[in-house]
Amino acid sequence: MVLRYWYLLRGSWPRLLELAYWPTVQMILWGYINQFMATSSGWVAQGGGVLVSAVLLWDVLFRGQLGVSISFLEEMWSRNLGHLFVSPLRPGEWLLSLMAMSLLRTLLGVIPAALLALPFFGYSVFGLGLPLLLFFANLILMGWSLGLVIIALILRYGMGAEGLAWIVTFMLAPVSAVYYPVSVLPGWLQAVAWALPSAHVFEGLRAVVYDGAMRWDHLAWAVGLNALYMAAAVGVFLYGFHRARVRGALLQTGE
Amino acid sequence: MTQRPPDPSAADPSVADSPTLLPPAISVEALTKRFDTPGGVVTAVDSVAFRVARGSVTGLLGGNGAGKTTTISMLLGVLVPTAGRVEILGVDMARHRHAVLARMNFSSPYVELPHRLTVQENLTVYGHLYGLTCVKKRVRDLADQLDLARFLNRPSGGLSAGQKTRVALAKALLNEPEVLLLDEPTASLDPDTADWIRRYLEAYRARTGATILLASHNMPEVERLCDDVLVMRRGRVVDQGAPSDLLARYGRATLEEVFLDIARAGTGPVGRDGLDGSTGGPHP
Repeated sequence: MVLRYWYLLRGSWPRLLELAYWPTVQMILWGYINQFMATSSGWVAQGGGVLVSAVLLWDVLFRGQLGVSISFLEEMWSRNLGHLFVSPLRPGEWLLSLMAMSLLRTLLGVIPAALLALPFFGYSVFGLGLPLLLFFANLILMGWSLGLVIIALILRYGMGAEGLAWIVTFMLAPVSAVYYPVSVLPGWLQAVAWALPSAHVFEGLRAVVYDGAMRWDHLAWAVGLNALYMAAAVGVFLYGFHRARVRGALLQTGE
Repeated sequence: MTQRPPDPSAADPSVADSPTLLPPAISVEALTKRFDTPGGVVTAVDSVAFRVARGSVTGLLGGNGAGKTTTISMLLGVLVPTAGRVEILGVDMARHRHAVLARMNFSSPYVELPHRLTVQENLTVYGHLYGLTCVKKRVRDLADQLDLARFLNRPSGGLSAGQKTRVALAKALLNEPEVLLLDEPTASLDPDTADWIRRYLEAYRARTGATILLASHNMPEVERLCDDVLVMRRGRVVDQGAPSDLLARYGRATLEEVFLDIARAGTGPVGRDGLDGSTGGPHP
């Protein structure tokens, strides 16, 4: 299945370009905001490149989710689910291929943007070291969980739910505390934020940038919540897949 | 000028195993499918039961909405029955379908392969999905047999209807299936290409001993290819038999006339025996 998605990706240069386009534009935009804010905000000035790091990591979450959803949507658009699931392909194997492609798409999108931050702003997100890898892993896991739930919703509600693939992750941006601390949020929203792995990751990022310290407590929360959400998302996906087989949606759903 | 593919009837003679000691290729018991719709519950397939012998070619006939595609979907495991049981090659599809899916395959002109991938890419992907060890060689062999070599590097979406049908058939034959389910394999093909496909299927069955279940609206095709015929109407099997038996039973010269009799009269001889729940009707 990874081969199938790779054939699709390599056969279209606009698709490849699109992968890196938005992360790069976002990085440049937030990079200049970062530069400007650094001249007027002590908080931003102290954390050189904090906004650039945040936007790049946010894109890991978004691209991770989108990578799973888009590969699934490719099958819907081409009405290929019928062929796939009369073959010996198991749903779990398909999920792994969606995740593998999501990882590839995310890396192809985010790495060029991260590299361009160096000539543009003299900032390397790779300077975060090992914590960067841990933040990346947690955010992409959360993206995959969201992607699986979106697939289940599209299997249930058809292509009318396709738009969810582009909006669901952004609904979580305000409570993920990407560009500001969780403490900025009102009390009840803070409770929501702490239930998200992303909020713990971005708090952890700021701890590394400002204090040079890895907040293992935040990491532990992020890992635990991700494990919980991934288990739930796989369950929701498998249930949605089973219901699609009951309703005959695998052969019928498409544009 | 299109070069015709090699004559499929030149293939090896039958190597079919003796089917007598083995369970039927397809066994269906009380198979039922109901769909919840805004207008209420619709019964698409209603307590259908039949068996398909190994190595046979069986036709599945019926008008639009008779339940043929729904039945095939349940045989393939992409649609969960409301009730009943399907066994393919002795394997219960409800519980162990992945154990048998690699030994069967499916082709339909209404379920196309991804358009953006080339023919070669599509066949390669499905070759891997079916667990073939020498995918390249198998694709090359099938491309030669089905006269696809010239199209291998073309996007599947850019092919003509006849070319797409041959590509779909190539995909369905990748794993040399023991059970092949075909939904209208010659729909929208010119007579020459359709005839070639039929000869290819005859040769394939003779060479491999495969079991073929064929849904078709083309009665001459069914008469030519099929050893046995199942006639569906309103979700039920209303008659079954060899084409010659059906012709004799209905006193007709062609299967098309038999089909029309059943479709218009509503019942056939078997139906009047109670299989479709009816109690009588005009005999043809």
